[in-house]
Amino acid sequence: MRLIAENLSARRGEDLLFQGISFALEAGECLILTGRNGSGKSTLLRVIAGLLRQETGKVTWHSAKAESDMRAAEACHYLGHRNAMKAELTVAENLSFWKSLFGDFEGGRGMSVGEAAEAVGLGGIAHLPFGYLSAGQQRRMAFAKLLVSHRPVWILDEPTAALDVTAEEVFTTLIKAHLAEGGIVLAATHQPLGLEDARELKMVGFAGVMEEVW
Amino acid sequence: MTALLLRDLKLSVRAGGGALIGVLFFITVVAVIPFGVGPDLNLLSRIGPAIVWIGALLSSLLGLDRMFQTDREDGSLDLLLMQEHPLVLTVLVKCLAHWIGNGLPLVIASPLLGLFMNMNEVAIGATMLTLLVGTPALTFIGAVGAAVAVALPRGGLLVSILVLPLAVPVLIFGVGASYAAVEDPAPFMPPFLILVAITMFFAVLGPLGAALALRNAND
Repeated sequence: MRLIAENLSARRGEDLLFQGISFALEAGECLILTGRNGSGKSTLLRVIAGLLRQETGKVTWHSAKAESDMRAAEACHYLGHRNAMKAELTVAENLSFWKSLFGDFEGGRGMSVGEAAEAVGLGGIAHLPFGYLSAGQQRRMAFAKLLVSHRPVWILDEPTAALDVTAEEVFTTLIKAHLAEGGIVLAATHQPLGLEDARELKMVGFAGVMEEVW
Repeated sequence: MTALLLRDLKLSVRAGGGALIGVLFFITVVAVIPFGVGPDLNLLSRIGPAIVWIGALLSSLLGLDRMFQTDREDGSLDLLLMQEHPLVLTVLVKCLAHWIGNGLPLVIASPLLGLFMNMNEVAIGATMLTLLVGTPALTFIGAVGAAVAVALPRGGLLVSILVLPLAVPVLIFGVGASYAAVEDPAPFMPPFLILVAITMFFAVLGPLGAALALRNAND
């Protein structure tokens, strides 16, 4: 299982935001994107998730069973700035909708809705409408969405925004568990996630130069 | 996919869903016509099918812009785009859900409005049948407009303008078939079958166009 990005570049307006980004992530590896605001972290993550068209390069997913021309996006969970949950529906309805829509990727099973809510520390409130929750609780429930169905790659864009310290610990634990099971994590973040052997990619923005710190 | 259909249906009846707004607008538009036109019963029954159809057309334009926009605003659209299901299928299911939530209530409300317009049973039945067959076409055409305007903050009016020229044939054949059912010399089947053909044509073309627009609308 590996996720390979080759020579990626993307444009924002007229200018190249970044260029020549290549990396290969094996099972159990984590790549943290750092850099100041506007340096292209979110753009890179959206390119990898297949939501933005890249200028050059390609992202590919390789595994024993995967077809050769498979879109990498299908192996990914994407947690963006927005939570992708409906305020009108209850948390349980939201989660079970995503569970059945996502299905499970080969080689794993997702948790049940109750277990996932329990795992992010909000077991008792799954019956409430999503709109009633606080910003931090909403973020936690959006994270629970990653647990209800199995995807080897997690793409996390500022996962710890609006979270308190305990929730950050919960997230770190869940990310570590995912890595231990052979998952791959790509995350853009300002706070240190407390992951020891994570690789770091420092984005600098429009300068067009990348410094990589391994 | 069934999950998506059920979710969209739930959303259309919960708070903030557009299902009731469309019907209420439809009823409002058609109900004020008799007051405006006056108590000439013959005139009312003569213009009845056309008025009901125009009312249905306008009310189905009303909720179109929200079709993909709500999903885009909360980020669900990103996740829908990433899945392995063909996007065309996803769009088709969303169209079906939108029609059941917004189009079907118009069809169900139309006999009541037919009574307001002093239409006879045959005319009411024909209008209801043509609406049942024709309103899905409006949804499929509208899906393209909604997908094109998805990234625009106030795209509602733009959607209506984009959609209207394509919706005119649906209106023409819908009203034509409804009149043909009551007026003797004109046959009912030809315009009705053309209406069916238009709906089936757009059932294929609409989701295709909308999926293409959604893929390219991302920034």
